[in-house]
Amino acid sequence: MIATYTRRELMVVAAGREIRDGEVVFVGMRLPLLGFGLAKATHAPNAVGLFENGVIRDRPAEAFIYTMGDPPNIAGAVACLGLNDVMSLLQQGRVDVGFIGGAEIDPLGNLNTTRTSGSGSLVRLPGSGGGGDIASLAGRTVLIMEHEPRRFRERVDYVTSPGHFPGRRRGGPATLITTLGVFDLTGGRVQAVTLHPGVTPEQVRQATGFELSIDEGIPATMAPSADELAYIRKADPDGFWTGDTMKGG
Amino acid sequence: MAFDQLIAAGTVAKVVAAWVGNVAGGSGYGFRRAYEQGVPRRIVMEDHSNFTVGLALKAAAMGLPYLPTFTGIGGDIVRGHPRIRPVDDPFGGPSLLAVAAVKPDVAIIHVQRADREGNAHLWGNLGLTVEAAFAARRTIVTCEEIVPEEVIRSDPNRTVIPGFLTTAVVEEPGGALPSSVQGYWRRDFEPFLRYHQISRTPDGFQAWLREWVLDLPDRQAYLQHMGDATERLRVRDRRLAAAANFSP
Repeated sequence: MIATYTRRELMVVAAGREIRDGEVVFVGMRLPLLGFGLAKATHAPNAVGLFENGVIRDRPAEAFIYTMGDPPNIAGAVACLGLNDVMSLLQQGRVDVGFIGGAEIDPLGNLNTTRTSGSGSLVRLPGSGGGGDIASLAGRTVLIMEHEPRRFRERVDYVTSPGHFPGRRRGGPATLITTLGVFDLTGGRVQAVTLHPGVTPEQVRQATGFELSIDEGIPATMAPSADELAYIRKADPDGFWTGDTMKGG
Repeated sequence: MAFDQLIAAGTVAKVVAAWVGNVAGGSGYGFRRAYEQGVPRRIVMEDHSNFTVGLALKAAAMGLPYLPTFTGIGGDIVRGHPRIRPVDDPFGGPSLLAVAAVKPDVAIIHVQRADREGNAHLWGNLGLTVEAAFAARRTIVTCEEIVPEEVIRSDPNRTVIPGFLTTAVVEEPGGALPSSVQGYWRRDFEPFLRYHQISRTPDGFQAWLREWVLDLPDRQAYLQHMGDATERLRVRDRRLAAAANFSP
């Protein structure tokens, strides 16, 4: 079969499937933003999205947005509040699921977006943004990563967004969606759930700098449906976030 | 991106922030050079999460030395942090982290409209605008339009900064470009991409600095240098909020 979708489109679909109907979602940008819109348009019409800049939406923006503060994300919103307002809801326990991306991950689901010397020399990364808050306070978190050996490390240099640790109040990493597959993190280790079509267990092991568990006969990630693809291509018409080479970096 | 530009220009000694980068592509190369190599000068970095920045400003805005929170527990941001320390709940609950107040010397806020007294109407996402204005020792309000005070008084719930907190008010249409202002300007994404490319090298950054800062005497020249973009970015459609009746 010829692949008629990109890997990032598949990741958007996987992200959307992590959202259950009626949930309050801390959204973020890039793939989770599209995943939220997709979930709203398909199986989770009653989901509500919070953005860290204070925007609350129960329907996707009417036009393409580069950042959560862009005018189409404000028009038609349910509410436009401040950062402390939505963070307060998060701290109170009113957010069911939040999405976070990272530069590096370890088996406990700790994410590093601050600084790393993994490649030998010091590299400064942009920092936490809201990632550390979502990791600390959401009911559960879904992590989105490029699957490369230098990013999948036995121990990250710096824990920007805490994963599983003793004494955690609530939540923690639930699911990891990568360019190669979908993984369960609830047990404090990385267990493959599905591998993307055409990806072999060997490929995943080689791209992962630590032990992970992949069962014999693991199923493939369900391909996007025609409706799902139609939604994504309407929301991201130029493939800015979901093209083969992600223009948004 | 603005952080990155100030850092790359060598004007910054210390950064207190949750995120320094470029919405177009992640890394801020000026920030990276300063942090990794001390070029053009070494900077001190105080890392935060968005919420701890928000709480630090909120504490100052409330006149408090700190605010407690559960965010960040179990992570490295709060470990040995100069402004974040463990604190017991005096009512016997689980322990928390105390985030000390940050009181800026000056906050510069861009809003849609204000009157001559600096009473400011702002709509759209508020981020930390209000906390910053309340926390700072001095607040400068820049606005798209100076309007008669009756406009402000017609909708007092939309006033986010009362004029007595405002040190100066400046009418500067397009003052937030290339970022957006709801109802006035769309975001111009190209400058974010261009800056991300050109700032990869110190020479590239210097060229950017000359073209967009040093060679332009004022904001008017900046807008002219943007060329056709300003007309393309201007919001002309109207989608007005429903009127709210304030009749006593």
